[in-house]
Amino acid sequence: MSAKDAFVASAVGTPVERIEDLRLLRGKGEYVDDLHPPGLLHAAFLRSSVAHGVIRSIDTSAALKMPGVHGVFTSEDIARGSGGKVPVVSLRLAPLPELEPFGQPVIATGRVRYVGEPLAVVLADSAGQAEDALEVIEVDIDPLDPVPDRHASARNAPMLFEHLGRNCPITYTAAKGDTDAAFKRAPYARKETFRTQRHSAVCMEPRGVMAVWDGPGTKMTVSGAAKVPFSTRKILARHMDLPEECVDLIEGDVGGGFGVRGEFYCEDFLIPFAARKLNRPVKWIEDRRENLLTSNHSREIDMELEIACEKDGTIIGLRGQAWVDAGAYLRTSAAVPPRNVAQFCSGPYRIPNIHIESSVMLTNKNPIGTYRGPGRFEGDFFRERLIDMAAGDLGLDRVEMRRRNLPTDADMPYPLATLNNPEKKEELDSGDYNLTLDRCLAEFKWAEKAPLQGKQLPDGRYQGIAIGCFIEGGAAGPRENARMVIDNDGFVSVFVGSTSIGQGLETVCIQIASDALGVGMDRIRFYHGSTTYLKEGFGSYHSRSVVMGGSAILDAAANLKAEIRKKAAGKLGCTPDQVTVGAGLAASHSGRTLSLAELGGAGLSSEGTFANHHHTYAYGAAAAHVAVDPRTGKVELLEYVTVEDVGRIINPLTTVGQAVGAVVQGLGGTFMEHLQYDENGQFLTGSLADYLLPTSTDFPNIKAIVLENSPSPHNPLGAKGAGEGGIVPVGGLLANAVANALSSLGVQPRELPLSPPKIWSLIHQRST
Amino acid sequence: MQSPVSTKFELNGKAVEAKVPARTTLADCLRHHFMQTGTHVGCEHGVCGACTVIVDGAAVRSCLMLAVQAEGSKVTTVEGLSNADHLSALQTEFRKHHALQCGFCTPGMLTTAHALLTDEPDADRERIREVLSGNICRCTGYIPIVEAVYSARAAYRKNAKPEAGQ
Repeated sequence: MSAKDAFVASAVGTPVERIEDLRLLRGKGEYVDDLHPPGLLHAAFLRSSVAHGVIRSIDTSAALKMPGVHGVFTSEDIARGSGGKVPVVSLRLAPLPELEPFGQPVIATGRVRYVGEPLAVVLADSAGQAEDALEVIEVDIDPLDPVPDRHASARNAPMLFEHLGRNCPITYTAAKGDTDAAFKRAPYARKETFRTQRHSAVCMEPRGVMAVWDGPGTKMTVSGAAKVPFSTRKILARHMDLPEECVDLIEGDVGGGFGVRGEFYCEDFLIPFAARKLNRPVKWIEDRRENLLTSNHSREIDMELEIACEKDGTIIGLRGQAWVDAGAYLRTSAAVPPRNVAQFCSGPYRIPNIHIESSVMLTNKNPIGTYRGPGRFEGDFFRERLIDMAAGDLGLDRVEMRRRNLPTDADMPYPLATLNNPEKKEELDSGDYNLTLDRCLAEFKWAEKAPLQGKQLPDGRYQGIAIGCFIEGGAAGPRENARMVIDNDGFVSVFVGSTSIGQGLETVCIQIASDALGVGMDRIRFYHGSTTYLKEGFGSYHSRSVVMGGSAILDAAANLKAEIRKKAAGKLGCTPDQVTVGAGLAASHSGRTLSLAELGGAGLSSEGTFANHHHTYAYGAAAAHVAVDPRTGKVELLEYVTVEDVGRIINPLTTVGQAVGAVVQGLGGTFMEHLQYDENGQFLTGSLADYLLPTSTDFPNIKAIVLENSPSPHNPLGAKGAGEGGIVPVGGLLANAVANALSSLGVQPRELPLSPPKIWSLIHQRST
Repeated sequence: MQSPVSTKFELNGKAVEAKVPARTTLADCLRHHFMQTGTHVGCEHGVCGACTVIVDGAAVRSCLMLAVQAEGSKVTTVEGLSNADHLSALQTEFRKHHALQCGFCTPGMLTTAHALLTDEPDADRERIREVLSGNICRCTGYIPIVEAVYSARAAYRKNAKPEAGQ
């Protein structure tokens, strides 16, 4: 970008009302189930009702005779149609050859390993007819002993994959310094065991896939893509034995992602397979039971964690072992929660010596994947609980203990523990972490509330407060790409590889493009996500879409201006670098200006890319005030304040909106959400009456403040990934607030969720 | 198998007739027969509220109602809350307060709030929260939705100008 037409922020940083709202508010969004191509068939899945067993037979003959049924496919049919082998879904992120065999066959083959695993898919004229036909499929499964939890998993009897010889595919290590030496010399240490429960995103729009096959040599077009369409295309093309360019993934409106949606699932193969086999468009829309049962689960981690401190609260060591209940198979994003809980267990704090091991434990449950703040929500719960316990033991103020260990500008970049296999080094990029702590204390009025700790309200409820600090990683590489074209009407079309999962990408990227081009937001058309727009794209995960896509847009804008300069130079009688590109992409030199139309700019185009191997770290602090009823164990959240520095705010409306939303989602995971199985691996929470989500009456008093004191040095926007941070500290913070409220009763929560029965039991255990 | 049954009702001000299998829910009939896909289906068991439509003035879950039960009723969906040119006051407040992110629950939020404010234009925040508690949103944390509905109240009071599309 030439200095003459440097980036001027006029749209960026302002609370622009969202462009996507205009269609979404009118009911004119286009989600995958809104598509109705002619000749459409509907799919329904027969899923295993047995957690662990050997498939003896599946008889589909009666189903094939049911009205409206066009096909029923089982593992045998899939193998026959896929060169004799059933394709396997394995790791997309942090793959290792030794983990591949733990992947999931796209349809149960020989064995079933969790309740909900697909056994057969029925294709019919209507979804109702397809579901009717499921009823008459006869399945014979010999049950095996299930592996219901990580303890049973560790016994290796039974094993989910006997031929692989173990239920623990891998143990990751995150380390720095000399932890043993630190603990040996430490004047204070404490070890605790904690647990976070299985829960997940539960997006409002269930997953959906629609595939249209145009015949050999043409296209397989799959709608319903989200998060990572280019990656999904690559996997699908490989499994379908098609060239990548013959597969397109189309992203429409998407009803929430939160990490779970858009990964490659069994259905992402089976629906295109059926469409090709039957040569008809096929659609499948997950129902809510399937969503709870089969969309990626997350968060079920046990951890033994030990902290070593000086007497003044300086943390000198952190060591521990995490056991991640990973479910039955390792699918695309399964490695991320176990890796993250190891690497980010230290959170925002300066800790010189760390050794954390994190073991992936297979069980007969639905496979896990990433969910907003993966491994971080869990790690924060473990660490923040332990810090409060240590502060209590050492007689230190909880705020001062945190402050003593937070990094400042002088510490940056600050290295975190290095993760092994594959190796991943991380460092905090920028910021004075005390800034958000201080701001949070001030907004929360900590000093005023401090006297309330442990005090009872007139109704007998105990009050407690707590504060916690957190980081949020963002901006995963390796690259993102953008493309721009000047249309015949003078509008600029902008294409980017980032995807929209409902976070407001369209508006935010148009803001960035508008400033970078000097073109009004209303003269920009924006296209994202689908594989039809760019040669290569990466998508939206790890809080990367704006940092990476936005930076690629800046590069494409600079390149588009270079094209304009080149073209204008001839007409203005100067060299390209003498041309100034101003508002509306008008080109001028020594008093002469050519508008875009006069220049004949239509058709000019550019590409842009942004490569990055440094992650951004937004950082923050959050505080909570609770009242706990000792008679019922019910916790009321009286007030919650979260403060996060995201480096650069593109749109305050969306940034603050996502912060508040993330907090409430985290409060769900802290107080109510729990995907439960019994000891036989039977799933117990298959409806929204069993799996409780926060509603509008639960948490009315939440304030989010977003700051931009510490731009990231790693991208031209200075932006840091945002949108996940709000959720990260919630569990630890609320557990600490409850412990603070009930300190006179000696209650120390070590497990989530903080449900009334659990709190009541903790009170009861202590008083008997 | 089921032979189609005819049902006639008024949909967003227009008389319509559908011949659908008797077991077809109102939600599926609206979405797949009339192609009014603004009404969303989030759980099919009456908990999430995304499918809420207004039937004879009441906010109802169209996933728990059969299409044939709408016979003779006036049905309003999100598509009927505004015209092509202007957002309604309620929709405008939703946009201003950033009361939607992914937009999937939004049609149900709008229809529920519209039915509430039509009956109770002076509803306070507590009442708004109580009524919206039957609609689940996973993105916003509800706070901006409550504020948006609260801010739209003036447009529903007696002297207010009629809303677009009404």
